[in-house]
Amino acid sequence: MNSEAANQRTQAAPDPKPDKARRLSRRVIPGFGLSMGITITWLTLMVLIPLAAVFIRTSGMGWEEFWRAVTSRQVVASYKVTFGVSLLAAMTNAVFGFIVAWILTRYRFPMRKLVDALVDLPFALPTAVAGLALTALYAETGWLGQLFYPLGIETAYSRTGIFIALTFIGLPFVVRTVQPVLEDFDREVEEAAASLGAGRLRTFVSVVLPALVPALLTGFALAFARAVGEYGSVIFISGNMPMRTEITPLVIVKHLENYNYPHATAVACVMLVASFAMLLVVNLLQRWSESIGQARG
Amino acid sequence: MRASGSETQAPPAAGFHADHADLPSTEVWIDRLRHHHSGHADLPRRHGRRAVLALAGSAALALAACGGSDGDGRTLLNVSYDPTRELYAEFNAAFIEHWREQTGETISIEMSHGGSGRQARAVIDGIGADVVTLALAADVEAVQQAGLISSADWQQRLPANSAPYQSTLAFLVRKGNPKNIRDWGDLVREGVDVITPNPKTSGVARWNFLAGYGWALEEFGGDEQQATDFIRRLYQNVPVLDTAARGASTTFTERRIGDVLINWENELLLALKGGGDDYEIVVPSLSILAEPTVALVDANVDRRGTRDVAEAYLEFLYSDLGQDLAGKHFYRPSNPEFLAKYADQYPDLRLFTIDEVFGGWTRATERFFADGALFDQIYLE
Amino acid sequence: MAGIITRASSPPPPAPATSARAATAEPAWIRWLLITIGVGFLVFFLLLPLVAIFHEAFKRGVALYFATFQDQYALHAIRMTLTVAAISVPLNLLFGLAAAWAITKFTFRGKSLLVTVLDLPFAVSPVIAGLMFVLIFSTTHGWLADPLRNADIQIIFALPGIALATVFITLPFIARELIPVMQAQGRDEEYAALTLGAGGWRTFLTVTLPNVKWGLFYGVVLCNARAMGEFGAVAVVSGNIKGRTSTMPLYIETLYFEYQSAAAFALASVLSLLAVATLALKNFIEWRAARARFKA
Repeated sequence: MNSEAANQRTQAAPDPKPDKARRLSRRVIPGFGLSMGITITWLTLMVLIPLAAVFIRTSGMGWEEFWRAVTSRQVVASYKVTFGVSLLAAMTNAVFGFIVAWILTRYRFPMRKLVDALVDLPFALPTAVAGLALTALYAETGWLGQLFYPLGIETAYSRTGIFIALTFIGLPFVVRTVQPVLEDFDREVEEAAASLGAGRLRTFVSVVLPALVPALLTGFALAFARAVGEYGSVIFISGNMPMRTEITPLVIVKHLENYNYPHATAVACVMLVASFAMLLVVNLLQRWSESIGQARG
Repeated sequence: MRASGSETQAPPAAGFHADHADLPSTEVWIDRLRHHHSGHADLPRRHGRRAVLALAGSAALALAACGGSDGDGRTLLNVSYDPTRELYAEFNAAFIEHWREQTGETISIEMSHGGSGRQARAVIDGIGADVVTLALAADVEAVQQAGLISSADWQQRLPANSAPYQSTLAFLVRKGNPKNIRDWGDLVREGVDVITPNPKTSGVARWNFLAGYGWALEEFGGDEQQATDFIRRLYQNVPVLDTAARGASTTFTERRIGDVLINWENELLLALKGGGDDYEIVVPSLSILAEPTVALVDANVDRRGTRDVAEAYLEFLYSDLGQDLAGKHFYRPSNPEFLAKYADQYPDLRLFTIDEVFGGWTRATERFFADGALFDQIYLE
Repeated sequence: MAGIITRASSPPPPAPATSARAATAEPAWIRWLLITIGVGFLVFFLLLPLVAIFHEAFKRGVALYFATFQDQYALHAIRMTLTVAAISVPLNLLFGLAAAWAITKFTFRGKSLLVTVLDLPFAVSPVIAGLMFVLIFSTTHGWLADPLRNADIQIIFALPGIALATVFITLPFIARELIPVMQAQGRDEEYAALTLGAGGWRTFLTVTLPNVKWGLFYGVVLCNARAMGEFGAVAVVSGNIKGRTSTMPLYIETLYFEYQSAAAFALASVLSLLAVATLALKNFIEWRAARARFKA
């Protein structure tokens, strides 16, 4: 998402910083009013007003009622499942996504292009289809379930199932944020470190890794943010047990189906605030990685 | 599986009902449909299908675009619960035929299926249902309270408490009954996995809950504490809580999870019919008489001008043909004559009603299914 | 999300690790271990689900697979999905161009807030996305209940509501795809064109657009794939009326619940093919872009 700043930092024309240049650019390139107008109007109509509807509907309920709705034990348990498993899935993606990005940029091996293309699959595959396919695969009778169940690992209808689904949908984020930075990474720095006598591991830990940390964190945060809101792929495989495998979006659905709109919107508010906070963190990480890029470049 | 038990039979029929009637399930109905679309039936089969498909497609698209009006006849929307898919597929075709004979108007009937709670929610949010045919009176009651059904005593507007067909619950087990499940008491044994949907979202799941609780009350001489304890242990044996009845059935049959499925009698008979020799039905000693209720949504039929046809539709459920179809799809017809006709297929078991044991839906909902009530408490401990 | 995918402007694939670079290469056993771990992970989590879809779809034979597409409701769902995509993709294309132009060609206060709002649909749970539109457009208790009822306009549980939810979900895709590409282009070429006397529209059409066409194209393709595949948000606003408001992902679920899992997976395989085609197209675009760069 925001990592373009990172991956383009070698090519991107730096923002004209002085005030004079800023004013000049606004004057010289036309279409500011039109493009800004369309952007703001569309975002207001399609994003801000609809989101406001949730907050306004919630504000109709008293503070005490709101607090009771968003802190009931079942809801709190669902936060724990949703955020906990999302965190775990995002961390897994950070590790394996990094490895995938590394082998795709650094090594040559058969069918590398095919593997590279495959990474984007979760972006394009409908989530419900993913959910059905993963359940078919990881249920006790599925190809992979058959391998895991004898070992005592319940891969479907458990938190493991949620983990599998969330790892699936989050995988491309880490790979696609780390990959461009790794491609841009100047090999000469590594060579210099090596020629100064640093071992491969030391070079990696003290030279390569620090440069990749912002991108890695961005990818991690994106995978996390996406996983927290996920619904379609999870409900098929999670088993939906209250207190154990029930995700927060399902709690909202359950409130709706019991005609409890206030509680549904209250829980939705909590999730919206969490999403917004996570995006802000992503943006901050972005700036950080930009500043590192500028400091080094 | 469809009534024919084969998926290959549905598609050939597809081309012959351009007007959104539901899919017929057997060859008989294919013939019927051909008959009442006689104009198309004369065309060579392949050619006709393609033409009608194209027509259906563009008509449907136009329909979607202009939000539900139809040039030919009026459209009726029936919002129903999960396991009635096959029943209404056949019933709708019969009613379209009936209505055409009566009035000359060729109507079309649209269906929406899902968990009873989700469906009632859609009606309350304004899906524009002409009739609701839901799993339990409580969900229709919610529609009434939202102001869409005009009279509070809607349940008296149609015979048999607005329940044209009844049903009950039973167990489905794997072939040979390896876990030796005979009655409710066996469900709480260690190592028995029970599949039942979530009472928060599914109609049948509420009936399941109440039936089990009712059995325990009788078993323990009316001791509520022990009955509560029984229910708690039962749900501790549930590995998956699907959101609706059909989801639970597919979990049990397609995913092969669980040792016993508690579900609608009709749903089990259907699964048995499709699943060949893989399953057996086990009938518990005591169960609940479930009354899925139907109602006219006054606000919508008045707005859309469909009151006459919607009323006729619901009344047709009580007609001989309607009752016969209910029996054919393993529901228990409310008309004793048809109940007797299909008596062989219903297991013999004692039934109690929700009014007798729990004092009606309002009280049962408050006590068991509301936020923080007994069902929630089971999972809090 | 979207923006990270196109690397149309990133360098060509790496050169093989030559002996000159031995100092910065890992030992072969580490290399192959990492490749095994990485590829194994992808096979387990990505390839097998894809294979499973096609396996389930063809399990009961090719004839049945194709019979799925004779079903009137399946055809309607396909049409519905195409219609929704045909509405939402162009809208988001216009928006994406405007937003990317505003964000990359100008400097203004609150840009990062704007970008965060732009990203929101991607982090908001689809369930909440559907709920918002119910709260506004419900004809019984929504904000606009009275005017909608009086005018007899159905938004949710009809095509407009499904399109709205889809537009919301896919809103950031094209903009996000364009922003990095436009940023990489910088503003110099536009300055030059304007200095030479070209008008604003002419500059946009003849200078900017050709420069970003591949990024734009891929943004559209990806946005389209997401628009066709959205499930959660659409499930809340559609009401799932067979033959009227059922889209492909919803009808897949319906088929699955009607004990027609082979047909469900057959329809799912179409959406999967769309995903695979999207990926193939993406590679083609990168190849074209790389070649263009090479020539230049």
